[in-house]
Parts: sequence; structure tokens; C-alpha cells
Amino acid sequence: MKRLLLVTLMLPVAAFATGFLLISLLFPIAALAADADFTLTIKDHQFQPTEINVPAGKKIKLRIENQDATPEEFESNELKREKVIAGHGKATLYIGPLVAGHYPFFGEYHKNTAQGVIIAQ
Amino acid sequence: MFATAIIVFREVLEAAIIIGILAAATRSIHGSKRWLAAGLLAGLIGAGVVAAFTDAIGNFASGIGQELFNAIVLCLAVLMLAWHNIWMASHGAALASSAKSLGKNISNGTRECSALMVVVGLAVLREGSETVLFLYGIAASESDGQSSMLLGGLTGLLAGIAVGYTIFAGLLRIPMRWFFSTTGVLVLLLAAGMASQAAHNLIQADLLPSLAAPLWDTSALLPESGLPGMLLHSLVGYDSRPAGMQLVFYLTALIAIVTGMRWAGAQRQSVKASRQPG
Repeated sequence: MKRLLLVTLMLPVAAFATGFLLISLLFPIAALAADADFTLTIKDHQFQPTEINVPAGKKIKLRIENQDATPEEFESNELKREKVIAGHGKATLYIGPLVAGHYPFFGEYHKNTAQGVIIAQ
Repeated sequence: MFATAIIVFREVLEAAIIIGILAAATRSIHGSKRWLAAGLLAGLIGAGVVAAFTDAIGNFASGIGQELFNAIVLCLAVLMLAWHNIWMASHGAALASSAKSLGKNISNGTRECSALMVVVGLAVLREGSETVLFLYGIAASESDGQSSMLLGGLTGLLAGIAVGYTIFAGLLRIPMRWFFSTTGVLVLLLAAGMASQAAHNLIQADLLPSLAAPLWDTSALLPESGLPGMLLHSLVGYDSRPAGMQLVFYLTALIAIVTGMRWAGAQRQSVKASRQPG
């Protein structure tokens, strides 16, 4: 009886997990649509370039290369993105499609020097 | 120093809130505090390991390893919290009565506690690894003011723990009649918020479409960088600029767990009824 109860309890949980998996597996097809590629470098706790012009209304692939020995966190409240890049590490993240406008970003671990902006046109 | 305190506070806050709520929710399960402490310790060790392997994790799956890792960790935590709430739905009444009669504890809570140990461990691991990296960066840099920054880190840590403890102590003051329904709702919202965060990570990795992003923008009214927004984000999964997909995940988790709880509650009722002599 107890085992039966336990199995019954696990059912919705299992269904939920399967749902999650299915959703995550089905959608990579949509991922192929990313079209614009941009690269950002971190050196001496500064971003290069500090200004990136991107097309509005398109999904953007942003590669970030950290040439410093210390880790940095790429962060933007406007873009809603947060990502840690290890010292001498590389990372990729996707943003957009964006509405035309200014989207400032910064390095959370070195906020004083690491500042930049993405301009969608 | 102030900036450092805020960064560390933000990272610690979420884990502290989760631990505070779970410590309260399991108050009458025998030995639950020891399980939660074990989860905390395992999470701290895990955070160090994850921080050391940040580069390897980040490079995995052509640069989206970090998002995949976060999404998996979050989904695991959602499943464990779901299981906790469903378990409570069938044992809650017994727990409430045992909590009223002091000293009498439900002994059959080991499996339940091990699930929550995992939740605590995962929360500390996820939030802690970024703190470790950040503090490592400070320690490794040769600039001045290291000690003041480390002091800031300590301040942030203590402030985060203080919020977690306040939530724990506040919950314990709720009368027993409403206690388990309150913690149940809190755990439910925690789980839904984590599901939404998992979706956010998968969108950032471009594994999920965003579906209308942002759905709304309340960042001017209630920014997540401010304390109220930060607290709401950790407690109920508040997002000032959510993607449509995040809401889908949020609601899916919410509905799935509530359905499971109803189901378990109905099972308990029917078991009780069948035991009554006809």
C-alpha cells in the first residue's frame, strides 16, 4: 500500500521531468536561426570594443574572450544577461532579438573599468 | 568595499532564503537540521570544485556549458522541491499534530530530508561558485585595498545570512494551524521561480526560443538591483523583464506541483476512509 502511494506520488514528478526534457530537446531546431556573430575581448579589466553596433530584430551570438588571468562576469540588466568567463577563458552567449536602442553592459567583478554598450539599430 | 559587499550579498541571499524556508518547513522532522547542515557543507565543497572547473564547464558544448549546468542544477532542485511538497501533502497533518505535542517527532523523514539536503547543496553550489570566483579574483589581483574588499565580502555574507535567519525565525512565529500551508506555498513559489530561471538559462544558451521578450518591463518600477526586487526574485521568482518562455516554465511547474499535491492529499483521504471500520 505504502509503495503504491509512493509510486503514485512520483508519477506527476516523472511527468514533469519528461515534459522538461521534451521541451529542451525539441527546440534546438530553432537555435539554428542565430545569424549575427560578434566578438568581445576583455583585457586589463576593460572591454574591447566598448561599443558594438548590432542589427535590431535579430538574434545575436556574442563570443567573449577573457585575456586576463582573473575571472570576469559579463552582466547587463538591460539585456538580462549574466555570464562568468574564467581567466584566459572563452564563452558564448546569445542575446536578442533586440528592439532598437542602447543596452549597456559591464564586468561585475571590475565595474569601475569594465564598461560597454551594445547599440541595436 | 561597498560594491563587494553588495555582490557577495546578492549571491548569498538566494541560498540563505532557500535554507531559511526549508529549515522552517522541516521543523518537526527528526534530525532535519543535521541534513540541511550536511547539504550546506556539501554545497560549499561543490562550489569550490565548480569554481576551479569554471573554464572546463564554460567550454563544454561550444561555450554554453555554464547555462546547461545551471539549467540542470535548477531543474533538479525543482524536482526535489516538488517532491517535498507532494510528500508534505500526504504527511502534513501528521507532522502538524506531532509538532503540537512537543518532543514527539515523525521518524520516517529520512528520505524526505535527503531530498532537501540536495536542494540546499545545489543552491549553495550554484550561488557559491560565483562568490568563490569573485573573491579569488580579488585575492589574485595585486591592487591595493584587498583587505577592505575582503571585509566587504564578509559583510555581504553576514547580511545574506541575517536575511535567511530572519525569514526562518519569522516563519516559526506563524501559528501551527497555518504553518504548513504557508511553508508549502513558499516552497511552491521557490520551485516555480527556479523553473523560470532554468528557462532563462536555456534561452541564453539559445536552446529555447524566448517567446516574446520581454513580456513586460517593470525595471523602472521594481528593479532587481534594488533590495525589494532582489528579495522578490529569490522568494517568488520575480523578474523585471521576463521572456514568455519563463512564464510558461513558471506556470507549468506551479500547476504540476499543485496537481501532485492534490493527488497526494486525495490518496491520504481515501486511505484514511478505507481504514475506518464500516
